[in-house]
Amino acid sequence: MASYLIRRFLLMLLTLFGISVLIFVLLRVVPGNIADIIFSAAGMIDPAEKAALEHDLGLDLPIVTQYLHWIGGMAHGDLGYSYMTEKPALAEILPRIPITAKLAGLALAFSTLIGVPLGVLSAVRQNSAVDYVVRVVSLSGLSLPSFWLGLLILMAFAAWFGMIPIYTAPPKTFLDALLLYSIPAAAVGFRSSALVMRLTRSSMLEVLRQDYIRTARAKGASEHTVNYHHALRNAILPVVTVIGIEAAFLMGGLIVTETVFNIPGVARFLVEALKWRDYPIVQSLVMFIAVVAVTINFLIDLLYAALDPRIKYAD
Amino acid sequence: MTTVDDTRTIAEATAPADSLWRHLRYHIARHPLGAIGAAIMAVFVFAALFAGLLTRFDPVSTNAALSLARPDALHPFGCDFMGRDVYSRIVYGARISLAVGLGSTALGCSCGVVLGLASGYLGGWVDLLVQRLVDIMQALPLLVLALVMAAALGPALGNTIVAISIPLIPYSSRVIRSNTLALREMPYIEAARAVGMSEHRIAIRHVLPNTLAPLIVLATAQLGSAILVESSLSFLGLGIPEPHPSWGRMLSESAAEYVRTAPWLVIFPGAAISLAVFGANLLGDALRDILDPRLRH
Repeated sequence: MASYLIRRFLLMLLTLFGISVLIFVLLRVVPGNIADIIFSAAGMIDPAEKAALEHDLGLDLPIVTQYLHWIGGMAHGDLGYSYMTEKPALAEILPRIPITAKLAGLALAFSTLIGVPLGVLSAVRQNSAVDYVVRVVSLSGLSLPSFWLGLLILMAFAAWFGMIPIYTAPPKTFLDALLLYSIPAAAVGFRSSALVMRLTRSSMLEVLRQDYIRTARAKGASEHTVNYHHALRNAILPVVTVIGIEAAFLMGGLIVTETVFNIPGVARFLVEALKWRDYPIVQSLVMFIAVVAVTINFLIDLLYAALDPRIKYAD
Repeated sequence: MTTVDDTRTIAEATAPADSLWRHLRYHIARHPLGAIGAAIMAVFVFAALFAGLLTRFDPVSTNAALSLARPDALHPFGCDFMGRDVYSRIVYGARISLAVGLGSTALGCSCGVVLGLASGYLGGWVDLLVQRLVDIMQALPLLVLALVMAAALGPALGNTIVAISIPLIPYSSRVIRSNTLALREMPYIEAARAVGMSEHRIAIRHVLPNTLAPLIVLATAQLGSAILVESSLSFLGLGIPEPHPSWGRMLSESAAEYVRTAPWLVIFPGAAISLAVFGANLLGDALRDILDPRLRH
């Protein structure tokens, strides 16, 4: 187990190193940097001024030197300065993390609380009307763009209450916060709940066909006990993996949803930074997303072993 | 002594048009949802091919007098801020969505097939290298990688296709690799090697065709996500540039503002995206049931 953990951890570091190189190169191989954007906005280009700005920002150094500066700085907790605001990148990013984390947590809770029970229901009543409705709803959940769902919710609010709950100022009371975050969280979580629902259903169907379920029925266990006590416990394993993967990948849905609801989290910040070619911010944010995703994947592997005694990671 | 005349039955059985129709009818009856998906996709393909015949107005010409005009008989889906007919833009938008969806899926799957086949068939350091590369690409959410790629390449149709295809590569390469690994040990591959066939030829002629079924299933599923990612990129302003009528782009221009004032600008483009992705997903599910019975439920 210990040597598996060490190997898995080293592989994680290797992946993160690969991502850092990939992102760094991607942002620099294309023509046009912040200096070009600033000068094209001003309408005229003075080569000397542009060169001075590029020198100030360190953009005239060889790409390998720039990379080493970035990685070296990151090891000391120094992520560089934002080109847009000229503040330290860390100071720009840190206050936005709790906002996105709250949103992600709520979305995940929503998808689990909706997805698992409906998936079980759909499997237990396979090929009934309920099953068909749940399947079509879940498939439509995978088809609706979350930003459109968000806009439809805003539209309903505008029509019924004459107001739209988008983020204009930090919420003061707990209720305000709940209202502000739960609607976008539901818009993002609907898609994940569809995935969770589909997987819970197919996993349950597989387990319900097994011999030990027949044994449980034969000894007179109630339907409820069979479904929830015997079947769900074994069917939930792959679902846990998918919920974990969704947690790691929720950022994709949050990017558009934070934009629609005007929420100042890290996901929307990434889009703004990309538009401005604000390299220090983009690099740091992508690395942050990668670290979160890779760590969650690692934790799921461990959780899997804890949940399923049959799984043992061989040394 | 009686003789059996087989010629007529064989001719009947192999009549191409008739048997194709019967085959089709059988699948429609067995997979009604899949048939609905196929019909939806057929409508979108038809709209993309014959957009000129289906619309009265040019999708890009502007008319200040019609700015934010409400839906009426002439403009059934209303007009946008620049006075462009929303219905025409949605019909022409099918071209963009399908071009990006099909283009990026085809590009992503082709690269994935080459990588997966090489990785699974050659093994050794090639496999190790490709797998690490795939790990790196899969560690980032699809939209995040596509977003960074799109921003790096710049907003244009071709660039958007490339930006979406890259994050799709790991999925097909994984599927092809695991299939190749299983096929490599099959007796018929050993037989091909025994008769002196070259490794290269075995991989292309004997391994690749047998991985096509799961690949088609995956590609259909990816078509839906590619259309969704394109709409997200364009919505964020990093995908298809103006004046191309992209559904996602149509939603981006101060959509939160139009929620109150011009809901038709929000409802119709979003419904088009959802319907196209829904069709692709239904079709994908049915194809999975037909082509890959092991994954059924």
